Amino acid sequence: MALFEARHLGKRFGDRVVLEDITLSFEAGQLSGIMGPNGAGKSTCFNVLTGHFPPDRGQVILDGEDITGLSPRQIARRGVARSFQIISLFDELTALENVLLALPPVRAAGFRILRDAAGDPATVAQALEVIERVGLGASADVRSGSLPYGERRSLEIAVALAAQPRILFLDEPTQGMGADGRRHLLRLIQQLKERFTIVMIEHDMEFLFSLADKVSVIHWGQVIAEGTPRELRTDPWVRRSSLGADTSEAADA
Amino acid sequence: MALSTPVTTKHARAGGRPLGWVSRPMLVTLALLLSFPLWAETVGLYPYLGIEVVVWMIYALGFNLLLGYAGLPSFGHGAFFGVGAYAYGLCARGLTANPLVALAVAGLAAGVAAAAVGALIAHRRGIYYALMTIACGQVFWFVSMKWRALTGGEDGLLNIRRSTMSVGPLHVGLQDNVTLYYVVVAVLGVALVFLWRLVHSPFGKALQAIRMNEKRARFIGYDVWLTKWAVFALSGIFAGVAGGLLAISQESAYPNVMSVHASGFVVMATLIGGGTVSFWGPVIGALVFIVARDLLGALTETWLLWYGLLFMAVVLFKPEGIAGLWQTYKARLSRRALRVQAPMKEAPQNGSV
Repeated sequence: MALFEARHLGKRFGDRVVLEDITLSFEAGQLSGIMGPNGAGKSTCFNVLTGHFPPDRGQVILDGEDITGLSPRQIARRGVARSFQIISLFDELTALENVLLALPPVRAAGFRILRDAAGDPATVAQALEVIERVGLGASADVRSGSLPYGERRSLEIAVALAAQPRILFLDEPTQGMGADGRRHLLRLIQQLKERFTIVMIEHDMEFLFSLADKVSVIHWGQVIAEGTPRELRTDPWVRRSSLGADTSEAADA
Repeated sequence: MALSTPVTTKHARAGGRPLGWVSRPMLVTLALLLSFPLWAETVGLYPYLGIEVVVWMIYALGFNLLLGYAGLPSFGHGAFFGVGAYAYGLCARGLTANPLVALAVAGLAAGVAAAAVGALIAHRRGIYYALMTIACGQVFWFVSMKWRALTGGEDGLLNIRRSTMSVGPLHVGLQDNVTLYYVVVAVLGVALVFLWRLVHSPFGKALQAIRMNEKRARFIGYDVWLTKWAVFALSGIFAGVAGGLLAISQESAYPNVMSVHASGFVVMATLIGGGTVSFWGPVIGALVFIVARDLLGALTETWLLWYGLLFMAVVLFKPEGIAGLWQTYKARLSRRALRVQAPMKEAPQNGSV
């Protein structure tokens, strides 16, 4: 059975139907990719899966448990973590503190006010380990708002990683990154793939195809194609849509 | 002197950070305040003024948990200051002669009132949050004006006697202003230690996280609603205790502290002091506010105009307030020191590599 499933999700905003009928399933231990043109409903799909808004129709299932309509907090506490397409950090806190806050023992200490945020050495060390894993060891004590863009991208992932999630959703992790940054992220996500179940939205098709075990293509609020990267390269639907043009462009480049 | 000391890699390597209860600025502040009655008259002030300054410090410190730490603007906080004063007065007149018990009741009553208001507004943000606090504050003000049987209406609650405070074998008569001043400073001391602890706890960090990015806080699993509600109630407790102390010192409780413009005073004081960038902002701000009220007030009836202009100047030229000025000055000093030391520091580092 799949670790995470979406069954017949529908979502509309006013009279605009964003998700028509989305059925997806993500296997444990795999990296699943989601792609599609702008406005296809990819981000809305992520937002529904992680609890930002409830779907109008359909179900979201985590490891057999129906989590449809739960709040982001409840879903996060069940082991679902996500990053954001538009970087979303605690800008005035240091990189280390950003990660520290997302650690489950710190989060669980929520209302215990007679403890120090840095009082438990094991916890702080754990935060530092996450920081080092994404390659930010040297910037751990820098205000996250002052970090260069590429490092903020890595921190965005680190904050999601901190919870040791059962499933990690990455929303366009390469957004705004140059070639060097992409290479760094590629290596990072390759490493993460060994330890985490990952679902990733990505515009850069080559980037996605080199990482994903399975890719779902979303268009007009529906899954129009699904398969391994190799299968999709020859899929007439994918080739014919604007995505096909992307491939040839990327191949030319 | 920032909002809270950051957690750094040093703490990861050194095996955590000891549970700090006090800081050096805290000791200096308390020492200065404790010595105040000794030199007050030399600088043309008087002990009673000190009482009001310290009461406002407690009030503003609790308020800054909301404004500075959680980023929640409350423009109706006078309501809880007032509830504390009335609760103290009613309690002292009818129920108990022990000021300590009455003070606890004042804090509790204001905390309950704030918890009720907080439950109505905790899902809001920004301008909507601010407007809701004004509306709720007005309700309390209106009740205090109209429920004459309980509050004495516009005349206020008079004849709140300053009785003797008994802590175990210790009996402290509050009739004398200097004695009362020391009691108020003691309460401030407790408040400072508690708040210093609080802002460095995971809860304190969560408050700041919510100010910076409420959405992300939610997605990493924080109960944003409950945290916003709890900090509002907590801040109400501080306002209530401060209000109770005000009732002792004025020997009465008036509705005017609950009005919108009086609620604005604590906002202005906190901002002028620099509550958005420093733990000490509200302490500085309360001092400036009460002393300005007293000194400017002695010179002119229109002191509020000049104080208002000061506020505008701060907002225009240094929105981080007086604490912000100090931080900029210190940063400049340390940059200069770094420039002088830099050549010396680099040499041994290169050698060791």
